[in-house]
Amino acid sequence: MTQELAEILAPYKGRRGSLIPILQAVQAKLGYLPEEAVVQIARFLGTPESEIYGVLTFYAQFRTSPVGRNLVTVCRGTACHVQGGARILAEVERRLGIKEAETSPDMEYSLETVACLGCCALAPTMVINTEVHGQMTTKKVAELFSKTKGEGQG
Amino acid sequence: MKHVEDSTHINSRGTVFVCGGTGCISSKSDQVRAGLDGEITRLGLAKAFEVKFTGCHGFCQQGPIVHLEPEGILYTHVRPEDVREIAESHLRDGKPVERLFYRDQVTGAPIPYHRDIEFYEKQQRVVLHNCGNIDPEDIDDYSASGGYESMRKALLEMTPEQVIEEIKHSGLRGRGGAGFPTGLKWEFCRKAPGQEKYMVCNADEGDPGAFMDRSILEADPHSVIEGMTIAAYAIGATTGYIYARAEYPLAIRRLRIALSQAQQHGLLGHSILGSGFDFEVEIKEGAGAFVCGEETALMASIEGKRGMPRPRPPFPAQSGLWGKPTNINNVKTLATIPVIISLGAEAFARIGTAESKGTAIFALTGKVANDGLVEVPMGTTLRTIIYEIGGGIPDGKRFKAVQTGGPSGGCLPAELLDLPVDYETLTQAGSIMGSGGMIVVDEDTCIVDFARFFLTFTQAESCGKCAPCRVGTRKMLDILERITRGGGQEGDIDKLQQLAETVRDGSLCALGGTAPNPVLTTLRYFRSEYEEHIRNQRCPALVCKDLVSYYILPDRCQGCMICLRNCPVGAIRGDKRLIHVIDQSKCTHCGTCLDVCPPKFGAVTKVSGEEIEVPHDPIPVSPSK
Repeated sequence: MTQELAEILAPYKGRRGSLIPILQAVQAKLGYLPEEAVVQIARFLGTPESEIYGVLTFYAQFRTSPVGRNLVTVCRGTACHVQGGARILAEVERRLGIKEAETSPDMEYSLETVACLGCCALAPTMVINTEVHGQMTTKKVAELFSKTKGEGQG
Repeated sequence: MKHVEDSTHINSRGTVFVCGGTGCISSKSDQVRAGLDGEITRLGLAKAFEVKFTGCHGFCQQGPIVHLEPEGILYTHVRPEDVREIAESHLRDGKPVERLFYRDQVTGAPIPYHRDIEFYEKQQRVVLHNCGNIDPEDIDDYSASGGYESMRKALLEMTPEQVIEEIKHSGLRGRGGAGFPTGLKWEFCRKAPGQEKYMVCNADEGDPGAFMDRSILEADPHSVIEGMTIAAYAIGATTGYIYARAEYPLAIRRLRIALSQAQQHGLLGHSILGSGFDFEVEIKEGAGAFVCGEETALMASIEGKRGMPRPRPPFPAQSGLWGKPTNINNVKTLATIPVIISLGAEAFARIGTAESKGTAIFALTGKVANDGLVEVPMGTTLRTIIYEIGGGIPDGKRFKAVQTGGPSGGCLPAELLDLPVDYETLTQAGSIMGSGGMIVVDEDTCIVDFARFFLTFTQAESCGKCAPCRVGTRKMLDILERITRGGGQEGDIDKLQQLAETVRDGSLCALGGTAPNPVLTTLRYFRSEYEEHIRNQRCPALVCKDLVSYYILPDRCQGCMICLRNCPVGAIRGDKRLIHVIDQSKCTHCGTCLDVCPPKFGAVTKVSGEEIEVPHDPIPVSPSK
């Protein structure tokens, strides 16, 4: 992993303001930001680890634990809220047996919410991995999860 | 082959535009495009038609959208399985497919041409003129519609001072929300001492329910790059950053393509168009923090720090990115710049009102028939936008409120529908123009819950730096949550009012300064709804979960077992042909029974603040049924 990380970091050598792009690149590669990676980034930048944790915990995008094989993202935007998005989230939580920001113990699913996906005409919306599902109903949630279950990308 | 010749004859090279905005792609417009390409090849029509993928056409409710030019025919809700019919009937045989036409919301009559559809008819598309009409990934399309001509004019025929004068003269005000005069902002930066200056495009569109910036970036990215280059020339910056929200991958991808094309065509980089002016642009992806839309927080984020605002002054024009003079403009502001240079300041200033010039772009969503992207002259009334362009409230429901400006804005009632939309009027009404979110809600939305929703968002997004915002939003949210759960107390309304004013006046940045707006406006316009919750534990809109109860009506229930089987907590008792009864002490108010009860029975009802008399135990369904 050290070699892999070094390759990700190399192009940022000497470039100012590169901490966030580095964290994004590392997370894109590893799926999350493990402690060892943070230590190595700190050494590379000559910055204390505390400062790096300060930044990565500030931004919603960064994770410090691995994500499940399927990432489910439920939109909590205003249009989705007005169209019943809270019930969609509740139903997804019930079906998957996990709450927002949790991963199922078998690593099959992670559940996240997003402030807005920007496709409000399709509200309420949710995303499974990269596929957007619009005009969701509690019934559609049930159908989706009987279909996706066990079809991990892993 | 005869058909082909005919088509060629009728349409000398027609274009089939397929909307490739995030909304339409989510509804499989990418497959529609691929299908059309395939059909055109299969039918040998390639000489007569070409297919183009555009950005957001704006009519999101009707997506995926396909339109044919120069005819001007528009198809709505086009699915991959409709492609063959469009190709064979319309493209080959010249017979448009009527079943895919837009239908008038009132009469149901099919409307073939987009120019006749009210949604477009009432708009004035000045900034959005390219959106949906060019391929955003092809710089030649942009150039063919006059793109980069304004930049050529500014860089080769005008001095930076003349450019600033022109923008000042146009009366353009920042479209990010605050409405500060753009030309003046540029002038401050131009006059600030120092050689090294920065130009930043704020594309961190974080308001939930807003997608104006995303749509422009996806549909017409070159217009933003052109506007940004003109701005950089005016202020004297050689480096630019576009700070874009990471949740918009398609917008970022199209921006990257546009930047590299502009570079290849000598429209970015060293001595642009031989003018001697150098300008480079880099994209910075946000990492999910709403507060980074605030300009000082945004700069901290570009520098790789926690995105926390700092007090102003010094303003970014004096000391911004890495301590250097910096100018920050919103996506829409920058996309307006080429329009002003090409139309001329005076022509631009003729659009709009005395204080608010030009057009306003809104993302119209919520309980409105035509969701979508709307551009109207400043001063257009809310009623025109919501009823004439937006087609009104669907399903025969009643309009309740409209929220402009997202979580920082206010909630305006029906009595204010005739307000003209401009910076000052909206501020006086307690809302803000904001960046352009416009969310319509009907009678099914609880106003207290709506205010709670916005506060939940701003409270979570408060960066925590200053106490009024960090503690105040938390305290306000606590009270709102208590009220929506039935624990409201006398005096809560006064406390909310006081807290809201303190947070508004005492916060460091605009996030805290505007976060109380949804609370203040709902208290001002919908006070009685708060009082109903607090005094009578009643939610008139039947939304607040803890204040509603579900009952099964004995004269409607057929004893079909559907709700009983679906109840997630086993709160329903009964049996085949026995009237079902909800055990109120077990019920979690999830509403599943109401969803699953067959509409022909309609046996489940939801009430608030009242009890309905039902049998205590399951009894047989009346044999007459």
